[in-house]
Formats: sequence, structure tokens, C-alpha cells
Amino acid sequence: MTLVQKHGEAAGHAATAIALLGIIPLALDAFWINLVGKYLAFAFVAIGIVLSWGYCGILSLGQGIFFGIGGYAMAMFLKLEASAPELPDFMVWSSVEQLPLWWEPFKSLGFTLFTILALPIAVAFPFSYAIFRKRVSGVYFAIVTISLALTVNVLLVGSQGETGGANGITDFRTLLGWDILGDGSKRTLYFVEALLLLAVMALAAALVHTRFGKLLIAVRDREDRVRFSGYDTAMIKAFVFSVAAVLSSIGGSLYTLQVGLITPGLIGAVASVEMVIFAAVGGRLSIVGAVLGALLIGFMKSYLSEQFPEFWLFFLGGLFIFVVVVMPNGLAGTLQRLVRFKA
Amino acid sequence: MSGITRRRFIQIGGSLVAAGAVPAAGLWPKIGYTADTVHLGLLHSLTGTIAIAEAALVDAEKMAIDEINAAGGVLGRKIEPIVEDGASDWPTFAEKAKKLLQRDKVPAIIGCYTSASRKAVLPVLSQSKGLLYYPTYYEGQEQDKHVIYTSQEATQSVIAAIEWLAKEKGKTFFLVGSDYIYPRTCNKIAKPTIARVGGKVLGEEYAPLGHTEFSSIISKIKAAKPDCIYSTVVGGSNVAFYKQLKAAGLDGTKQVLLSTVVSENEIDGIGKDNAVGYYACMGYFQSIKSPTNDRFVKALKAKYGQERVVGDPMECAYNSVYLWKMACERAKSFDVDKVIAASSELEFEAPEGKIKIHKTNHHVWKKVRIGRARADGQFDIVHESGMIEPNPFPKL
Repeated sequence: MTLVQKHGEAAGHAATAIALLGIIPLALDAFWINLVGKYLAFAFVAIGIVLSWGYCGILSLGQGIFFGIGGYAMAMFLKLEASAPELPDFMVWSSVEQLPLWWEPFKSLGFTLFTILALPIAVAFPFSYAIFRKRVSGVYFAIVTISLALTVNVLLVGSQGETGGANGITDFRTLLGWDILGDGSKRTLYFVEALLLLAVMALAAALVHTRFGKLLIAVRDREDRVRFSGYDTAMIKAFVFSVAAVLSSIGGSLYTLQVGLITPGLIGAVASVEMVIFAAVGGRLSIVGAVLGALLIGFMKSYLSEQFPEFWLFFLGGLFIFVVVVMPNGLAGTLQRLVRFKA
Repeated sequence: MSGITRRRFIQIGGSLVAAGAVPAAGLWPKIGYTADTVHLGLLHSLTGTIAIAEAALVDAEKMAIDEINAAGGVLGRKIEPIVEDGASDWPTFAEKAKKLLQRDKVPAIIGCYTSASRKAVLPVLSQSKGLLYYPTYYEGQEQDKHVIYTSQEATQSVIAAIEWLAKEKGKTFFLVGSDYIYPRTCNKIAKPTIARVGGKVLGEEYAPLGHTEFSSIISKIKAAKPDCIYSTVVGGSNVAFYKQLKAAGLDGTKQVLLSTVVSENEIDGIGKDNAVGYYACMGYFQSIKSPTNDRFVKALKAKYGQERVVGDPMECAYNSVYLWKMACERAKSFDVDKVIAASSELEFEAPEGKIKIHKTNHHVWKKVRIGRARADGQFDIVHESGMIEPNPFPKL
């Protein structure tokens, strides 16, 4: 046990903080800072997946649903502000004459923020508790969640008068009168997001180091033994699944702010699987790895598709296969091994 | 740990550093135009679900660029295309448009196919003061000052199609569409037009995007017995829709069906047998007989293979490059505002015949044609309109 190893995790968090708050804002221009902001939105989701999948063994292929809750809630608020006092434009095109009732509360930012944090819990907790109580887990849970993601996607696309359909919700530029498209505001948004992410990383790390964190691992490895010891394992799993859902939702709302639109494509099965890949590439047992994975894949997507617009998907696919075959514990796992070797 | 030796560590470290150096090359902005070159952004889906329809547009655009370069370029500069992949994903379109405008500083982009991708790009255009040429027929209801719309907007094709159908084929209509903004808007235009020509709407049905089960809609059509079906079913759904119509005995010899979204390129995907005898209303058909079109089709086949077919969006994509070039030359500048100003009433002798950009509304005056699909996937042109004024915000 060396010093490096002992403090490896803390060092990882510190390095991430330095990179996010120091190196990236200094080295990159507004265009790339905005893109990094977009990638970081997925880092929130990936941290949630590390907690639920890496530590507790719950593989959800439906994180896009919660990403969508946050993303759409934020977009609805921004769209109402952008189009007030008229109806949002896509409603007019679809001959919707009156603002649907469920849109009304999204005129308030307070309610919107509350929805972003509370709705994922209200959906995830009862749903997953009921399922875990029935001792459905593993692959079956993954199938249930991916089907849900597909369903929600179809629902959103189908009700275009109220959700913007396949187009999604787009074309808004102010948050409470503050222009969110300009370079300066993108920078501010980036810093807010980076600080929020660092806080979430610290909280997540703290969580896995508590007694509860040990319990998560125990549930993952031998759930029956934990249950026989008198714990309500369904409750533990539902709790961590809800945490992952809230993190996804926060990520979604930041995505809408960074990118300036939200579309049903981000809620579907493909997007949800992609989110799991972020965590797998970064390392599903490492919170820093999750952030690293989201950043790396986001960057690779942007960069490779610019350099090889027709073949970039092959490179990306190759990268995924390489990581899964050669680095079963992702980038973070490999880094840990290297550090251990060096020391 | 066993697997890794010190040597291997150095190798890995070295390759990581090298891998880092490669991307850095792409991080720095390029310059929009120099003394001898000018960049032009081409932004379409080359991957993903829409690529099957959209990727061909890039081919037509590249051909126009090659032709222009061979003839001396634009304002003495060679056009260098920068191709970006929108990946059938709307946020990606926004990201790539931003990259083209802010980093490559392209003076114009030819791009987008679906309305969703165009809508995603609009805020970027207004923020970066960019210029987009949009080469696809679409639903109208839009006139962005940063966009030139080079295909027909809905009123141009829908009104002409309905009037022709009512005159030639009968006055009762059944409207079928995918549940999407284009079909809904087209039917919003079609209904008052049908009423105006003294016709009657017997039914209006929508299937979800990508739907492949049309039996209930088809039985409603059979019960209603309309003279004409007006279809705005889009994309892959048409394979199922046409096949099931045929199976129900409503093939092109027995039932009049007209679509404003099925061009030669779509028929390639739908299957020639399934589409025979149905009608389409488009600005351009490959079978147009004119020296300009003969040259265009021949050049395209010489470049990309004899089996290639050309549909309306490909031709409009080709026209877009020329319209931009001519506007730059008229403005003697690549400046977006000047190019837009110079585009007003700009005329171009396109493969489809003369087209003219509207004085104020950024759309294009053009003829539309009605064609009937043949067994070889081409259309027999049965009707040609006069020049139709674009009217993206019709009063209905």
C-alpha cells in the first residue's frame, strides 16, 4: 500500500477539478468549452450508472427516460419564456389552440427545478421498488427499462402537438431574460455545470465510502445473503436507482441549456445504451472514470465525425470493442493498474 | 501486476501522447477563405436512419462544386467543400453547423433534409450570422432571414396537385399521412383547396412515423371509395403502405394515389414494382426532357455510376450551390448580408428549367410537375404547371 495508491482516488478527483476549472477553460475557446459542457451533461448520467450498475449491480438501459425528464422540463420552461405570450410555435403548427394543462406550471422556474429533481424520484422509486420486490433483476431489469425507454420515445414522437414530436423542443435563447446562447454566458454555464459536477462527484464518492456503500457492494455480490441478514435489499436497490435517476435528470436539464434543444432521440433505447457505454469505457467502478468516459467518448464523437464524416462510427465501434476486450474495468481500471505497477 | 512490463508501460505512454497530438491538429480553426480558395459547408446525414435519403445530396453538391471549379471557381477562388455528418441526430446538426460557422468560418452551408434538423440549426444560424441553403421540399410556415429555401414549399406542390386531381381524376379525396409536421401542414393546405374546387374529403388518417401496419387505414379507404388518395406517408413506411395497398387490390391501375414526398430516390427504396402507376408531384423529375437536364443526368451518371437515379432533392441540392455562387458574384463578396441581398430575384437555368428566388421571401419561384411512376422507377410527366409563386405563410 503506497501513498499514491492510498490517495489515488482523491488525486483523481483533484486532477478532475484542476482539469475542469483550470486547464479546459484556459486552453480551449468558446466553441470547445460549449462542447465540453455538452459532454459533461452525460457525465452526471454516467456517475449515476457507476453507482447503480458498478456498485449495486443494477443494469438499467433506460437512463434516457430520466435524462429526458430533466431535459424536457427545462426545455418547456425555456420555450414558454421564448414564446410568451403566444403559444409555442410547434403547437400552432399542430393546430393546438390552447396551452395544454400540464404545461401551465412550467411557467415557473421554481416548479421546473422542483420537477427536475422530484419527478425522477417519483417515477423511479415506486417503479423500481415494485420490480425489485418481485426479485426481478439482472438482464430482466435491463429489458424492462429498455422497453420503457422505447415506449416513452414513441409516446413523445406521437404526441407532437404537446411535445414537439420528432423535432423535439428547440429555438429558445433566454433564461429569465439572460441570453444563454452568447459565448460569455456559455462560459458561465460551463463553470456552473463543472462546479455542480465536482460536488456530485464528491457526494457520490462519500456515499460509496460509507457503511451504506459497503452494503451496495454486498447486494451486488450476494444479494441473498444481505437479505437473510435482515436488510430490505429491494429498498436499497430502489434508493440507489433513484439516485441515478435524479443524476440523469440533472444531466438532461444541463444538456438542454448547453445545446439549446432537446429531442426524443435522447430518450430512446440507443441513447440509453450509449449512456451505459460511457460508464463502461470510463470504468464502471470509478466515479472519476465515469466523467473521463463521458468526456472521452463525447470528444471522440465530435472529433472523429469531423475527420472521417463517413466512417467515424466504425472507429467508435472499434474503440468500444477494444476497451471492453482489453480493459474490462475501463480506462480508470487500467490507469489504476499502471499506477500500481509504477509504484 | 503481471501483464505490464516497464517497457510496455513506456510504449503505452508513448502512444497515448502520440494519440493526443493527432487530435490537436483538428482543434484549431481554419480560415473561411483565402486568395485562392473558399470553403463551403455541406451538412447532411451520412450515417443513421435518414442517411439513405440524404447522403445522395452530398454527391449532387460535390458535382456542382467540381463543375464550378472547372469553370474557374467563384470570385476567382476554388470552392473547397467541408463535409460534416449530421448523423440523423438533431443536436448533432446544431453542433456541426456551429463548427462550420464558428471554426471553419464557412460563408455558407448547403444542408439539412428533415425539418427537424433545419429547426435545430436555425438558432445557430442567427447566433453566428450564417447562411443556409435548404434543398428539400418542406411544409412552409417558415422564413428565416438566414435561410434560402431552394425546393418547393408545401403550397407550391399541394395546391397544384389537388387542382389537377380534381380536374382529371375526380373530386372525392382520402388524406393519408405520417404523423409528422409535414403531412399535417400539407393536409391543412389540401382541405380548403379541395373545398374550393368543389371536392369532398372522405377521410383523414395519420400513421405514426416509421409505422408498417396500414391494414386499418386501408380498410377505411376501401370503405370510403375515394376517387383520389392524397398521400404524405414518409420514408420507410411507404414500403409497407404501397405493398399493402397492392395486396388489397388498390394498385396503381385501379386507384389514383398521389404523393408529394415520393421522388425517384424514394422509389429506389420502396421498390419499383410497388409504386407503378401511382402519381407524384415534384418540381423535378429525372425524365424531364431538356438539354440542361440531359447534361445534368449524364454528368451525374458518369461520375457516380449508371445505375444512379436523381430525385428532386438532389437536383435542388445541385441548384443550391449554383444559386450561392451566382449570388456571391452578383454581390462581389462572400459577406452573408450582401449575398442574401443579391439573392433577391436571382434567376438560374436549372435542370428543371428556369427557377427564380423570390424578391422578398427567400423561397423559389418554380414549376411543379405531376408524374406517373413507370415500371423502371422513372416517371411519365403528365402535367406541368406554370411558374408558381412561393407562399410559405398561406392564408387558408
